[in-house]
Amino acid sequence: MMVTRRRCSAVIAVIAATALTLGACSSSKKASSTGGGSGDTSAPGVTATSILLGTTQPLTGPAAPGYSKISAAMSAYFAYANAGGGVNGRKVTLKVLDDGYNPTTTATDTRELVLQDKVFALVGALGTPTHTAVLDFIKQNKVPDLFVSSGSRSWNQPTKYPTTFGWQPDYTIEGKILGDYVKKNFAGKTVCTFGQGDDFGTDGAQGVELTLGSGSLKTKQTYTPTNTNVGPQIGALKAAGCQVNVAFTVPGFTALALGTAAALKYQAQWVVSNVGSDIVTLTGFLKTATKPLLEGVVSDAYAPIPTDTSNSWIQLFQKVDAQYDNNAPFDGNVLYGMALAYTTLQALKAAGKTLTRGSLVAAVEKGGFTGPGLTPFRFSATDHSGYSGTQVVVIHGGVAAPTGPVYTTDDGSGALSTVSTQPPSAPANGLP
Amino acid sequence: MRRLAHLWSASTLARHVVLLAIGVAFVIVLTATFSDFHDFQLATLGAYLCAIAGLTVLTGLNGQVSLGHAALMAIGAYTVALLQMHFSNAGTTGVWVLPVSLLAGAAVTAVAGAVVGVAAARLRGPYLAGATLALGVALPSITSHYTSVFKGDQGLFVPFDGPPASLGSTFTLEHWQSWLSLFAALLVLFFLANLKRSAVGRHMRAVRDDEIASALCGLSVPRIQIQAFAVSSAAAGLGGGVLAVVLQNASPGSFDLVLSLTLLSAAVIGGLGTLTGAVWGSIVVIYLGTFIRDRVNDLHLSAASTAKLHDNLPNAVYGLMLILVMLALPGGIQGLLRRLPVFGTHRSTPHTGGSA
Repeated sequence: MMVTRRRCSAVIAVIAATALTLGACSSSKKASSTGGGSGDTSAPGVTATSILLGTTQPLTGPAAPGYSKISAAMSAYFAYANAGGGVNGRKVTLKVLDDGYNPTTTATDTRELVLQDKVFALVGALGTPTHTAVLDFIKQNKVPDLFVSSGSRSWNQPTKYPTTFGWQPDYTIEGKILGDYVKKNFAGKTVCTFGQGDDFGTDGAQGVELTLGSGSLKTKQTYTPTNTNVGPQIGALKAAGCQVNVAFTVPGFTALALGTAAALKYQAQWVVSNVGSDIVTLTGFLKTATKPLLEGVVSDAYAPIPTDTSNSWIQLFQKVDAQYDNNAPFDGNVLYGMALAYTTLQALKAAGKTLTRGSLVAAVEKGGFTGPGLTPFRFSATDHSGYSGTQVVVIHGGVAAPTGPVYTTDDGSGALSTVSTQPPSAPANGLP
Repeated sequence: MRRLAHLWSASTLARHVVLLAIGVAFVIVLTATFSDFHDFQLATLGAYLCAIAGLTVLTGLNGQVSLGHAALMAIGAYTVALLQMHFSNAGTTGVWVLPVSLLAGAAVTAVAGAVVGVAAARLRGPYLAGATLALGVALPSITSHYTSVFKGDQGLFVPFDGPPASLGSTFTLEHWQSWLSLFAALLVLFFLANLKRSAVGRHMRAVRDDEIASALCGLSVPRIQIQAFAVSSAAAGLGGGVLAVVLQNASPGSFDLVLSLTLLSAAVIGGLGTLTGAVWGSIVVIYLGTFIRDRVNDLHLSAASTAKLHDNLPNAVYGLMLILVMLALPGGIQGLLRRLPVFGTHRSTPHTGGSA
């Protein structure tokens, strides 16, 4: 009988203590009253004077160098806008959670933001592998998911994911435009790709093949962000006799690729997509070797070059950086965060005084946003992708310089077309 | 009444069935009172509980250590993901779909575990730890070599049918996931509790305590060790499959080496060899980090120092807790509770394992 009593009490102990431990953090369940699609009139996280937004960012982990500055820049721009009166009388707050570029952590973080913190919308959530893991959760909870910080084409699926929107040009567009430059300037050379082993690398390589023709790539090497040994892949590129390598890499892996190639005494022309080519970020890895290793590297840009201080947007962002972002070294990441925050403010403003999740999604689908970007946005009810093109840049002496026209194109087999219109100047008060 | 009491003490199965029913009722009440986010946390707790319970049987009951249980969870997770994708693409729906996938995940992992067990049965102490550690490191990286099947770090999407309509329109997805996960964990606990009190369980203990004596008694030591590994792996595989369903994603980041170490230390902190201890361990794993981060937030430090504390303090406290438990409480949390007069008689040798 003694045994029985002990067993009984053990069970009671478990149940009682579980209830106590967990009960401390429980809150009453509330039946969610979210409507559907653009008719969604719910507005959690919005009060008469404030809007709460959330984002998941790699503040630690393999993608943190460089990218960890983006959310700080976004918060800084919102603080600047709030000081100027906010948007429609509401101050914008951004809650940032670190996911370490690990999809599992993103899954938990996103649920914390949506279910626990009740954010109104997600904005600029960063990463292809990370954000892909939460698309269905976002759809189920009907959360506006604006301007995902990645060029995957997954964000542009309006029927499947009606509240998710991209922002930067997708990697296929980049691949097409970079491929076009390769075709015109490095004709007859052996072309290969080195890309991240997910949609980032796949979409990019597909873009290059759309211009150069399928089967035109001698080899397509891939890496995983959690394995920093790229020796085998770079060795394979060298062995295949690749003369031009188009890289779809995060900055850390651009640096690893260039450094490993140099160590293997492998000389090739590197063409690096926008997200992996920020010079300030790469200098953090390559130190004094930055200038020689980056000499002649080709990349592309869809916004003004961060060093172009004559541009009104760069002047505005540098001012905000000095006042609200602890004067962080001004680079492509700071520019990215602030430009994305500006588009967010435009969308919130366009959604109107009676702000709901439905009105925000409708406002982005209506589109018509402007900003520092070199090309127009593609936003419409049937297109949830962002910027429509880029301009090729070439790095000389550690400085990127634009070359040739600004191109727009689609992510299919469509031709490149030249953009002639100039982006507008930055507004004097920095508010849309 | 007397007959009931007699049944209670005489029939292990009847006792466990009653406890299972109490557990199910408790889960239903608990998940209904919790918010969606806390239901989601409970769902991850259930997934880890499956694996920790399996590990505590392997290590506490059979004396084999495994530093590769996260990899076994990954086998279950990817099996479930691939099957669910197959069912989804084929347009197959029905209430049986998910249970079939989860059971298949457990079965495939059990087979893999038996294979590992064959090697493990030849290894002792640090060599066994080293071999399972290698498994834990190597297996997840397979996903980045066969990216066309496993999609590298991005992982696989896990489609599954939401809560059945009969539960009502306000029954949320997180509520449903917490049910799936905690019911799976209860089944694992039920099965393992019966196993512990069966002849197989006694054989496992005998092998742990003295292999030579067991062999002299006619037991096949390797066979029992392989059995233990297969059973433990099945529990881990089910846990992995449940985690994939809860996260709607199976990716290598979910099953890294840190998780293997976390599972083992959770089993130790909870009380090695006891299933109740596995419950304590999983509560510590899920809630300690959240609890510490919330306390850090209460301090209102600068953003930079808050981020630093968020990244490091939970690990530091967890490590400290492990050291303290090893030094002061070899029986873990469950051992401590047993020493308290309220919770029953004092049993001084936690290593022989109790039943829960």
